[in-house]
Amino acid sequence: MLQIENLDFSYGDLQVLWGISLQVNQGEIVTVLGANGAGKSTTLKNVSRLVRPSRGTITFDGADLGKLESHQVVEMGLVQVPEGRRIFPEMTVLENLRMGSFIKSTRPDRQRNIERAFTLFPRLAERQKQLGGTLSGGEQQMLAIGRGLMTNPRLMLLDEPSLGLSPLFVKNIFEIIKEINKQGTTILLVEQNVFQSLRISHRAYVLETGRVVLSGTGEELLGNEHVKKAFLGA
Amino acid sequence: MTIFLQSLLSGVLIGGAYALIGVGLTIIFGVMRIINFAHGDLVMLGMYASYFLFTLGNVDPFVSIIFVFPLLFLFGAILQKTVINKVLNALPQNQILLTIGIGLILSNTMMLLFTSDYRIISTTYSSGSFRLGEISVSTPLLLSFVITAAVTAVLYWFLLKTDTGQAIRATAQDRDAAQLMGVNVKRMSVLATGIGAGLAAVAGSLISPTYYIFPQVGQPFTLKAFVIVVLGGMGSVMGATVGGVLIGATESLAGAYISSGLKDLVVYVLFLLILLFKPAGLFGKSRV
Ligand SMILES: Nc1ncnc2c1ncn2[C@@H]1O[C@H](COP(=O)(O)OP(=O)(O)OP(=O)(O)O)[C@@H](O)[C@H]1O
Ligand SMILES: [Mg+2]
Repeated sequence: MLQIENLDFSYGDLQVLWGISLQVNQGEIVTVLGANGAGKSTTLKNVSRLVRPSRGTITFDGADLGKLESHQVVEMGLVQVPEGRRIFPEMTVLENLRMGSFIKSTRPDRQRNIERAFTLFPRLAERQKQLGGTLSGGEQQMLAIGRGLMTNPRLMLLDEPSLGLSPLFVKNIFEIIKEINKQGTTILLVEQNVFQSLRISHRAYVLETGRVVLSGTGEELLGNEHVKKAFLGA
Repeated sequence: MTIFLQSLLSGVLIGGAYALIGVGLTIIFGVMRIINFAHGDLVMLGMYASYFLFTLGNVDPFVSIIFVFPLLFLFGAILQKTVINKVLNALPQNQILLTIGIGLILSNTMMLLFTSDYRIISTTYSSGSFRLGEISVSTPLLLSFVITAAVTAVLYWFLLKTDTGQAIRATAQDRDAAQLMGVNVKRMSVLATGIGAGLAAVAGSLISPTYYIFPQVGQPFTLKAFVIVVLGGMGSVMGATVGGVLIGATESLAGAYISSGLKDLVVYVLFLLILLFKPAGLFGKSRV
């Protein structure tokens, strides 16, 4: 479904991605693991066309994303829930959700999708009139995911959804991701919470200083010595 | 007391037009993070447009806004697409130079085409007024204020209730996040500049019956709009609305009680004082 091949990327003179190749198949949950600064977010930004790679190709359902703008990628059914949640702070919860159905093809489903988000996250329903900027971190994460779902995505990129959440919330978020996947959305997840993310993933990649150093099924990587040493402190 | 009420009223009435000018500037800033130093010259273009519609086409200046808004919207949109868009990621000083340059080109072009003669629009109501108890109310100012209020109401409706309006606000609040939600932010920049230019020009049309019209008339409005926008919180439409009325009232009261020569000084002193105590402006954060 998503195919990244030999992706190079530099911020100015500083090259941060070196020949990244990875692939996500329809229906999967694929996780990209990596320490701070490994290049996980940069990879997702390339996919969402917020930045342009210096080399390599990205295709989605066989279509080359090379010439497209960010908003056109969303129209194709590829959405990103960015790191730091990036809620519109001066908009209410409801308005934030509405922004998720900005593209024309999703507007007819707006009401149904809002209800779906409220079912998935009852807390959002209680807070619908509250400004996004005043929500707690966990609530903002729910809103960011809910807003992303409003675009009717076939593939959802999630950048560190568990970052900064309380342990209880973290468990909840991974359950939700699994549920969203069950309902038919393919997931590319970027995480540092190795245990929880590998547990729900079909496959995973490990990124180190801008290179893919390992890949395998979730179970394989959970048992891998290198992963244990680098991430699980064992 | 009469003097106070009289100047307060005149100030608030003219402040409506200031608000419209400030709102235009703040929308442009919000979406592109560029301060349009040509903004006052767009007000000037609105005044000239109304002048010619009046003298050549016999169109009342208040009615003329239905032509002036689309005309200057288009002008602003084209300006954005052709030049302003090129400096979106440039250094701030280059952006400032560009918009100042646009302003100079506009005022000098008008001077070349139409000389620097002062022109006036003399409608039947231009110097009309009526009494409200002890206070005299200027008819053209009152009319202009009422229309301003209506235009502002439509703008708020647009920004709060329509998908495009929401997208403009979203782009202003987080450009990347807006893109990730499928918003074409380039298009929003064009739209915002068009709306900003249209609003400035409409304000120009609305004050045209009470002002001398000449190529340099716009420049003081640029500075005023800048003060209003900073006062209201950069990017806040609500802040600019209130800020505009506030500046109008302050100016008018200062003119009556201190001296009309010093009224600008009073405005700037007040501006600096507010910034000292509320650096984010009076409405640092608001929905619109
Ligand atoms: N806007 C930027 N300009 C310059 N360098 C950047 C920029 N953003 C990221 N970098 C650098 O690129 C490298 C990869 O960053 P990236 O954000 O992709 O890492 P990450 O894996 O997402 O890390 P984290 O887990 O901290 O989010 C880092 O060395 C970072 O310092
Ligand atoms: Mg990151």
